[in-house]
Amino acid sequence: MALESLMGFKETFVRPMVFDDSELEDSYEVANLSNPMMLALPPLANPRSALANFDKDQFGKDIKIKIAHGTTTLGFRFRGGVILAVDSRATGGMYIGSQNVKKVIEINKFLLGTMAGGAADCVYWDRVLAKQCRLHELRNKERISTAAASKIMSNMAYSYKGTGLSMGMMIAGYDARGPELYYVDSEGSRTKGEIFSVGSGSVYAYGVMDAGYSWDLKDEDAYEIARRAIYTATYRDAASGGLIRVYHMKETGWECISVEDCKDLHFAYYPDGK
Amino acid sequence: METILGLRTDNFCILASDMTAAHSIIVMKSNEKKIYPVSDQILMAATGQQGDAHQFAEYIVKNVQLYKMRNGYGLSTASAAHFIRQNLAEYLRSQTPYNVNLLLGGFEEKTGGQLYYMDYLASSHEVKYGSHGYGGVIALSILERYWRPDMTEAEAYDIMIKCVEEIQRRLIINLPNFHIQIVDKNGIRVLPDITTATVLSKKSQA
Repeated sequence: MALESLMGFKETFVRPMVFDDSELEDSYEVANLSNPMMLALPPLANPRSALANFDKDQFGKDIKIKIAHGTTTLGFRFRGGVILAVDSRATGGMYIGSQNVKKVIEINKFLLGTMAGGAADCVYWDRVLAKQCRLHELRNKERISTAAASKIMSNMAYSYKGTGLSMGMMIAGYDARGPELYYVDSEGSRTKGEIFSVGSGSVYAYGVMDAGYSWDLKDEDAYEIARRAIYTATYRDAASGGLIRVYHMKETGWECISVEDCKDLHFAYYPDGK
Repeated sequence: METILGLRTDNFCILASDMTAAHSIIVMKSNEKKIYPVSDQILMAATGQQGDAHQFAEYIVKNVQLYKMRNGYGLSTASAAHFIRQNLAEYLRSQTPYNVNLLLGGFEEKTGGQLYYMDYLASSHEVKYGSHGYGGVIALSILERYWRPDMTEAEAYDIMIKCVEEIQRRLIINLPNFHIQIVDKNGIRVLPDITTATVLSKKSQA
């Protein structure tokens, strides 16, 4: 990888740490404090094995570790740029951990990311991505393209494939090539597209979005379709809810269009209840 | 779920791949290109685990290009096949194997069209026609029945339509679009996609 020397990650860093008494203390050092792309991996012969997940105790019983998961996020490209819309609920198993998470991550004025999957993974890697994008800007005196930013993300995620990362994100940007939308996930997929939805509520969001979408949508109509799609997902999907945020990526940078409670929207759509 | 098909004749090699990108039960995209131009005369179709196929294909493409820059001459199809196989075999025995299945197509004046069937276990065979994936199982008998070494481009394209038609009739999974590329003495060309509409218009003509 040509990015290797520039970005400081290479294939060998995913080698397991060798357990050696003399270096026992060193092995507790967390390398990512000096290099954010070097997460310490479980000290096993194969850190990609199922053992590395640590989800069972010595008796084989499930340990109560449930990572935040359910979400609905969506994004689409249209005449006026890119729309991103997300819910704001964080769940861990049956527990609602938060109702006001910011699942749209503002990387810079011309780049937005959405998060679905493990909240910690998304926040951490988006922050690393933001750093890389800023460095690119300082080194090259121009903003990073959406394609390049998404590729950095994809390469970082791919180098940890199999070690338990869980992310499904959309990266939206506006650059010389115009508005672009990428889907990147922790399995290593990276693909450009017009319409994406990610998360447990995506099945509901897709329905509303596909039914109402057209390239020539007016800005206001686009916001409403995005909002309605997320609203429908919060109505049907128990793991989605809270606030509905709508963002618009334009030639002039992103704009936060609205932040509304899904309950308020419900009563606006159905004044006499449903 | 993903399907790739390929056949070679004396004068060219043609590859087809479905254009679906799916995650669990959702089709995320139906215009994904899974055929990569490796050099002026080599094509590669790759399917497999998400991420792996693309990352591996890109790695191969860049290295074949690098070889040409370093040496001033490019790899032949056979050499490229050996290079790919070597990589697959080495990664197979590492902690991070690439789960990819490939068809490598090429053309050289000396040999005519060439097609290599390769899989994630690093097998590699020069074949007349080949396929990967569920759709490939269904299409293989059609390739078997209609293949001739002296086919024209139009005949080969028609066989591809026959294959797609059969896949769409018999396979439970929805694969509406197929991307087609050909490599012959003039280099690589993209042929029109075979879609449900192509199949329907072909049927109404018959």
